[in-house]
Amino acid sequence: MTRDEIKDMILEIIEDIDEEAEFDQLDPDEPLRDQLDLDSMDFLDIVMELRKRYKLQIPEEEYPQLATLTSCVNYLEPRLKDV
Amino acid sequence: MAFTPLDKVGDRFDVIVVGSGLGGLTCANRLARAGHHVLLLEHHTRLGGLATWFTRNGHIFDVSLHGFPYGMVKTCRKYWTKEIRDAIVQLKNIVFDNPQFSLTTTFSREDFVRILRQEFGVDRAVVERFFTTVAGMNFYDDRTMTTRELFEEFFPGRSDVHRLLMEPITYANGSTLDDPAITYGIVFSNFMNRGVYTFEGGTDRLIGMMADELRKNGVTICTSARVDRIVVEKGRTRGVAVGERVIAAPAVVSNAGITNTIDKLAGRDAFSDDFLAGFDRVQVNNSSCQVYLGIRKGESFDDVGDLLFTSTSPEFSSEEMRDMETGSRTFSVYYPRTRPDHPDYTVVASMNANYEDWAGLDEEAYGRAKEAMVARCLDDLERYIPGIRGRIDTIESATPRTFHRYTLHTRGTSFGTKFEGLDISRSIFREVGGLFHVGSVGIIMSGWLGAINYGVIVANDVDAFLRT
Repeated sequence: MTRDEIKDMILEIIEDIDEEAEFDQLDPDEPLRDQLDLDSMDFLDIVMELRKRYKLQIPEEEYPQLATLTSCVNYLEPRLKDV
Repeated sequence: MAFTPLDKVGDRFDVIVVGSGLGGLTCANRLARAGHHVLLLEHHTRLGGLATWFTRNGHIFDVSLHGFPYGMVKTCRKYWTKEIRDAIVQLKNIVFDNPQFSLTTTFSREDFVRILRQEFGVDRAVVERFFTTVAGMNFYDDRTMTTRELFEEFFPGRSDVHRLLMEPITYANGSTLDDPAITYGIVFSNFMNRGVYTFEGGTDRLIGMMADELRKNGVTICTSARVDRIVVEKGRTRGVAVGERVIAAPAVVSNAGITNTIDKLAGRDAFSDDFLAGFDRVQVNNSSCQVYLGIRKGESFDDVGDLLFTSTSPEFSSEEMRDMETGSRTFSVYYPRTRPDHPDYTVVASMNANYEDWAGLDEEAYGRAKEAMVARCLDDLERYIPGIRGRIDTIESATPRTFHRYTLHTRGTSFGTKFEGLDISRSIFREVGGLFHVGSVGIIMSGWLGAINYGVIVANDVDAFLRT
């Protein structure tokens, strides 16, 4: 997947979790949590969805790498390069 | 509800969930939605665990539907259905009445800030700082500070303020001033978010909707099926023994209490000495007593509030609240609006209780103690609904023995374990491959919201295991 595809995929998963999420003002380098009212349960949902879709196992200690949209893309790019 | 009889259940599943409390139900649903083949086994004839109800003389009594935090709205939408979410409604009148103060509140942060300033005369900056502190507390913070120390830091010597802040939480999860402050902060902040909510249609409707959703997602449900043991071989989970059968699965999620899971279902032999040493330090929480009152058809009473925290005790004391002759009880009042399809007036009085106080009584003493408890509840309720005695046609009561009989929980606990139980529950799958636990543990994973969210957290662990 390309960086843009990964970005779109993450936003699509977030939209499934929070149907009221607004992405227009989203700063990709600021924590998603602060901008979209996501809590730790929501991040768990993202992790589980990534595992379901791409068989991707993300260990708990690496959850912080999903903090911002840019850090998500950076973390996932090498892991999803063959998808 | 018609479920699958045990002899018609298949021989092999991806995961077997043992117990159908809200944590077990949610874990099963989440795993089925993720594509796994799930079997749910329940020893009782109905699903729900402590999220339960019973009928007497045409009345439906809710056992644990007393009010949950607003977080249930999001949780039910994400992990259950929109229909379940849409049935959540606010309980707007929460009443406190005790020798120190009497007031009515929405139990929201805004209203509590107002009350603490106007009625208790606490400085605004202190109140704001307290709320910000507890809202910022999380699981990984310092665990050595107790709730008592937290209260003394912000409201020194103010036993009235301590009571306002603590009493509802003690009823909600059995915690005391000596438990870790973070458990208080997490639970209290959940409620303070937007107030207290309930489920329109009652527990029976909720559990019915959950059962429908589980079946829709392909979960095989089997009730009256008491699991004898979880089969563990060479450090790995192989399945469960139930009745005359062994059903195979690489993963088993126990929604039995953590103590029963280790001592009875898996058996202590399956665990290392180190793990057992930690496990043996786990304290089981206290149990409850309840008195259920049904009002004769055609009779009614005025709205006196939805949830009444009442006490005749001069100050807050969790020991007093567990005493057999406690003067502290909540009244959950159910009006016709609770079940629009089955309009009725019922009242459930709930008290905290020690299992040991009730367990040792002979049948005669037990009967007398129950009668005395009912009489005390009626005396207290007369103060809020005068003439209620003459309008009641049904009285039932429950004690720690009753809770033990229906849930099988160690010492009839109604709130799982103290804080240390959470680590044991979370690490059990590192001891025995494929064995997981979900259920009330650690104070914070208790109550309806805590149980459901914990079901989701454990489902994530199980999913990770099954996909490895």
